[in-house]
Amino acid sequence: MAGSRRSITSYEVRLAFPLALFFVVFFLTPLVILFILSLRSDPQGTSHGVGQYVQFLGDAFSLGVLGSTLWLGVKVTVLALVLGYPVAWLHVRSPGWAKGVIMLIVLLPLLTSVVVRTFAWIVILGRQGIVNTMLIDLGLIDTPLRLLYTETGVVVALAQVQMPLMVLPLITALSRIDPNLADASSMLGAGHWRTFRKVLLPLSLPGILAGCLLTYAAAITAFITQSLVGGGQMLFMPSYIYQQASALQNWPFAAAISIIFLVAVLAVVSIFNVLGRLSRGYAHG
Amino acid sequence: MNRRAVDYEAFSFRFVMVAVALLTLVLLAAPTVVVLVVSFTNGFSLRFPPPGYSFRWYVELWKAWQLQFAMVNSLKVAMWTTLLSVVLGVAAALGIARSDRLTAKVLDSLFMSPLVLPALAFGLSALMFFSLIGLPVSPLTLILGHTVVSVPFVVRNTVAALAQLNPSLLEASASLGASRLLTFRRITLPLIRPGILAGGFICFMASFDNVPVSLFLRDAATDMLPIRMWQDLEGKLDVTIAALSGVLIVATIALIMVMERVAGLSKRLT
Repeated sequence: MAGSRRSITSYEVRLAFPLALFFVVFFLTPLVILFILSLRSDPQGTSHGVGQYVQFLGDAFSLGVLGSTLWLGVKVTVLALVLGYPVAWLHVRSPGWAKGVIMLIVLLPLLTSVVVRTFAWIVILGRQGIVNTMLIDLGLIDTPLRLLYTETGVVVALAQVQMPLMVLPLITALSRIDPNLADASSMLGAGHWRTFRKVLLPLSLPGILAGCLLTYAAAITAFITQSLVGGGQMLFMPSYIYQQASALQNWPFAAAISIIFLVAVLAVVSIFNVLGRLSRGYAHG
Repeated sequence: MNRRAVDYEAFSFRFVMVAVALLTLVLLAAPTVVVLVVSFTNGFSLRFPPPGYSFRWYVELWKAWQLQFAMVNSLKVAMWTTLLSVVLGVAAALGIARSDRLTAKVLDSLFMSPLVLPALAFGLSALMFFSLIGLPVSPLTLILGHTVVSVPFVVRNTVAALAQLNPSLLEASASLGASRLLTFRRITLPLIRPGILAGGFICFMASFDNVPVSLFLRDAATDMLPIRMWQDLEGKLDVTIAALSGVLIVATIALIMVMERVAGLSKRLT
């Protein structure tokens, strides 16, 4: 009987085929078309070649946009890690009711509309915003500082907007660590800082890497936050793609920029995946 | 090391960790609180703290038909996207969960890839694809595009719920003579339902909030709420948007509370 060879606990992989077909048609095919279009030398498609890529890679302005986007991601990720790690640490050590409160504060930004979250930063950083009002009231400054439309503003806003993506995997990783290990470490004479460095940090490395990957990928592709807090002064890859495709109708170049951005993100993801596999081996034995 | 030094060392570690954690929690919560407060201003600017308080911008919201139109569109698209994602995603999760086959692993990576790839690049490619096959921009193209970027949440949460399923329950059901279908309906489905609910909820929020895909697949007739808000904010800093944000924040908090009760949302995200 054919049925008896199937285990009751697993289902047939066939069940995944409808979604697989959906992805082939509406996800992979568009990406292939994007690639083919990027090989057009002009919007009409009279000739083909790698001209668009040569143009991008030979242009200091375009390379600058790519570089500043990737670098922006690094700054946001580091800030989110430094600020987010203690939150995860506190969550794991809190009593039940405090866990709930911390979780709500962490989850709320994750599920609120990104436009709302970004809008909040416009209110905070604006000329009449809370930061400027406070500094003027304290007599520290006379005229409002320009905080909106600066890179620092973008980094802080993005770190807050994407923080949940960092904190959630960290909570997972930290709650899996046996608390006896820290006790054993201090029993053997190590101080709290040393225990943190030698026990907690290495064991939570898989969570750190998972959080960093999610935060990084989200930060460099965060079109809304980048364009609203950054304003017209700063150009990052998502806005660059949108500008070329929408305002200038230069589809082949927009397609080429998209492919370059995709490849850059894939490269970063692969690096994190390799590091993640190494760190799991390190953390679990 | 004497005892005082040890205490100081322990204190300094705890102090730094707790201080940074509390500061970050304030930083995380502040934007939401600030928007809620500003939305009750009686003035015309986004000054904080507001000069006085009133409901005027919420009343204004009642008359903002463009925002309401976009909101209805976004809700419709998010509903259909969630429906399509749950049907396709739960079936796919059943197919790939608990399987060691290479096909299952490859499909899992494929289904998760929209989560890390820049959605804006996908949005552009989807627009090129639909214009090539001659399908004009419509709610249908929006639903198809949104499903690609939102279905991973359903697949991931359902796979996780299936992985936690105790196989002996299924074996017991089978040994008592239940068919595969009956076992699925009476044992598997009730046990993974919270996972499906959580996945569907996050999928709905992801579609409702989607910008990068909608940006390319929408036109004036299918205006979407996040895009409408973004364009309003680019032009002028409208206080009506603060009132709308207030409504969205309260609705989100209420939904999180409900989902926490029925699906244990926070446990599924960590």
